Amino acid sequence: MSEQQMVNMTIDGVNVNVAKGTTIMEAAERTLGIKIPRLCYHPKLSLQGSCRVCIVDVKGAPGYLTACSAQCTEGMEVQTNSPAIRQARRDIVELLLDNHPRACLTCERDANCELQNLAYSLGVRHRIFDGERKRFPIENSSVSVVRDAEKCILCGRCVRVCAEVQGVENLSQQSHGFKTFVAPAHNANMDESVCIQCGQCTAACPTAAFVEKSYAASVWKALADPAKHVVVHTAPAIRATVGEGFGMEPGTPAAGKMVTALRRLGFDKVFDTNFTADLTIIEEATEFLGRFAKGERLPLLTSCSPGWVNFMERFYPELIPNASSCRSPMSMMSSLIKTYYAEKAGIDPKDIFVVSVMPCTAKKFESRRPELCMPDGTPETDAVITTRELIYMIKSYGINMAELDDGDFDTPMGESTGAADIFGTTGGVLEAALRMAVEVINGAPPAQMEFIEVRAVDGLRVRELKVNDELTLRVGISNGLHNAKTLLDKVVKGEEEFHIIEIMACPGGCIGGGGQPYPPAGYTILDPKLLAKRASALYSIDAHKKLRSSNHNPAIQAIYADYLGEAGGEKAHHLLHTHYAPRLPRGIR
Amino acid sequence: MSTTTTKIDNRAEVLDAARAALTPEIVAFIEECTADEHVHSHLIRVLHKVQGHYGYLSAEQMDAVAQLLQVPTSRVTGVATFYHFFRLEPRGKYMLSVCLGTACYVKGAERIADKLQEELGIHFGETTKDKLFSLEATRCLGTCGLAPVVMIEDKVYGGMEPDQVPALIGKYAKMAQEEKKA
Repeated sequence: MSEQQMVNMTIDGVNVNVAKGTTIMEAAERTLGIKIPRLCYHPKLSLQGSCRVCIVDVKGAPGYLTACSAQCTEGMEVQTNSPAIRQARRDIVELLLDNHPRACLTCERDANCELQNLAYSLGVRHRIFDGERKRFPIENSSVSVVRDAEKCILCGRCVRVCAEVQGVENLSQQSHGFKTFVAPAHNANMDESVCIQCGQCTAACPTAAFVEKSYAASVWKALADPAKHVVVHTAPAIRATVGEGFGMEPGTPAAGKMVTALRRLGFDKVFDTNFTADLTIIEEATEFLGRFAKGERLPLLTSCSPGWVNFMERFYPELIPNASSCRSPMSMMSSLIKTYYAEKAGIDPKDIFVVSVMPCTAKKFESRRPELCMPDGTPETDAVITTRELIYMIKSYGINMAELDDGDFDTPMGESTGAADIFGTTGGVLEAALRMAVEVINGAPPAQMEFIEVRAVDGLRVRELKVNDELTLRVGISNGLHNAKTLLDKVVKGEEEFHIIEIMACPGGCIGGGGQPYPPAGYTILDPKLLAKRASALYSIDAHKKLRSSNHNPAIQAIYADYLGEAGGEKAHHLLHTHYAPRLPRGIR
Repeated sequence: MSTTTTKIDNRAEVLDAARAALTPEIVAFIEECTADEHVHSHLIRVLHKVQGHYGYLSAEQMDAVAQLLQVPTSRVTGVATFYHFFRLEPRGKYMLSVCLGTACYVKGAERIADKLQEELGIHFGETTKDKLFSLEATRCLGTCGLAPVVMIEDKVYGGMEPDQVPALIGKYAKMAQEEKKA
């Protein structure tokens, strides 16, 4: 670092000294705290330089330069703000607005839109230009994601996140000139393309060109129907992020307040998907230990992440036999609510409406898989809503969740161990499984519950974990499917061997899911600082729990004794396991 | 397209289907391209080859190119829809090109274009229902002295007047009919 070449330059007349290769945008932010306006730029994605909003005036340059791409050089004199630059930026944004629906008041992202914020901050107060506007139909035929190409400003962030973070490359700019739009190949809908439904496009989009398909209306309707017994369950990652929607500092655990809010909304039962996260661990650890004993179908690939399951079916179908047959915690819970709970409570499953709150748009797709439907064809999970939709519903009811007292989940399917809480972050499922597997193999719980080696929010980790003197487990952890490819290619080619690979589709795991809140001010999606804060919320809940290994959950022990029988047994298999099949079109990897 | 394949590892099956969607010559050409480390840079050449043979790029053929070149399909269709040269619909038996270059334009090419669209009942870039005529606008054909010009296949018709359009179309329709009889 000491060898790094520095350059002297001025930004807005102030002398600054930055490393050679720094862009003007980075230099202005780091040295003077000036955040130059931007749209297409994202620090974790490749440079595109297409929106031109970040232009600055560099003395001697033939025209304005884009601060996101122009690098600092010795003696450079940069002006980030002047009436002329402000006017030029305003013109650019006005031209974008001219080709954009005048629908802010009724738009999904009203008050939460980067284009709207930019228009405000640049002082756009009139619509000067008025010309022809592009016209496209809204594509809302898929179960997870809605695409509204009229709201697209062609910044390309969705295209880049889909290709560079997820390795899917389902989206691309199609056609040319005024008629350009972003879509999957052949303008297909998300279900018929190689889309894995992860929803990272909805998180990356600065406007509402991509949004999740909302099921809030069906939930309101069920809540208002006296004939319906409406049960909600919330994924591990929701408690780590839902507070952000109510101005709470990122990383503030909010399970108790969320439970109270859900009761106020009128849910008859508030269960915790954590309960079935514990159950998943019992089933998955049993499955792993069985395979390990026989030395077959290793590595075991985790299967909780529905974006990853979709990816596997389209991109790596040959690895289907390696995937855990365990249903995700969501689908285990919904299945148990409509069987075990219905039986116990004496309610006809047809009268139960199950809502799951997930950090994820791919869960919407999972809920509509035919193999996860009741015998009469109705879904076990009637509606999946994202964290964003839950925040909307609570606010829409007139509740400020931040001010509520803590409530407790309903029993018995609200009890969980710390192992379940950490499911929501990358490495968490593996750590939870290890806590139990080590105990089963060694006959005693691990000396240290925290497997610090597997904790981090970076995308790709390979670790060797010593279980005892004879046994070391080789494990892989990945988040962001582009990273999963790196590990899976090694497995497919037989270059490296693993016992278990945990794969979560979204960056950071479920805490960075495609249905999580739009980042609060000062953060962006994919931001490691934000992901680490959200992860710390889950680790702190875990650390404060008395029981931290899934097999010690008394409610889980009771459900096996009362109802399920043996872990991995016939009834458990019927209610808690599933199967996968290759899907076409096959993805290009 | 069915949503499942019979084998868990469907790679061979998918590649076989892709090969079957193209001619053996095109498949061989693509395989030559895949020997290059920069496979992606051959995409346009391959699409040229496919269009050269079939006259257009069908969805099935673009999917096949994507699988055989291992280039994401969204990028294949992105390129195919970006360039004006690539056609996504089958072209008619006769390609009618109206020059809208500067010389033809000032000599009234727009009136010829309007008349052609009216007579054929199609817009630029479209093909008549009977698959006989496709209509496209071109830039200068290098025959400004004959402006305004219409080109049908490789034959140039100069000094066009709108009222000559019906006869010209009729001539080709008749040719096609006679060819069919023979």
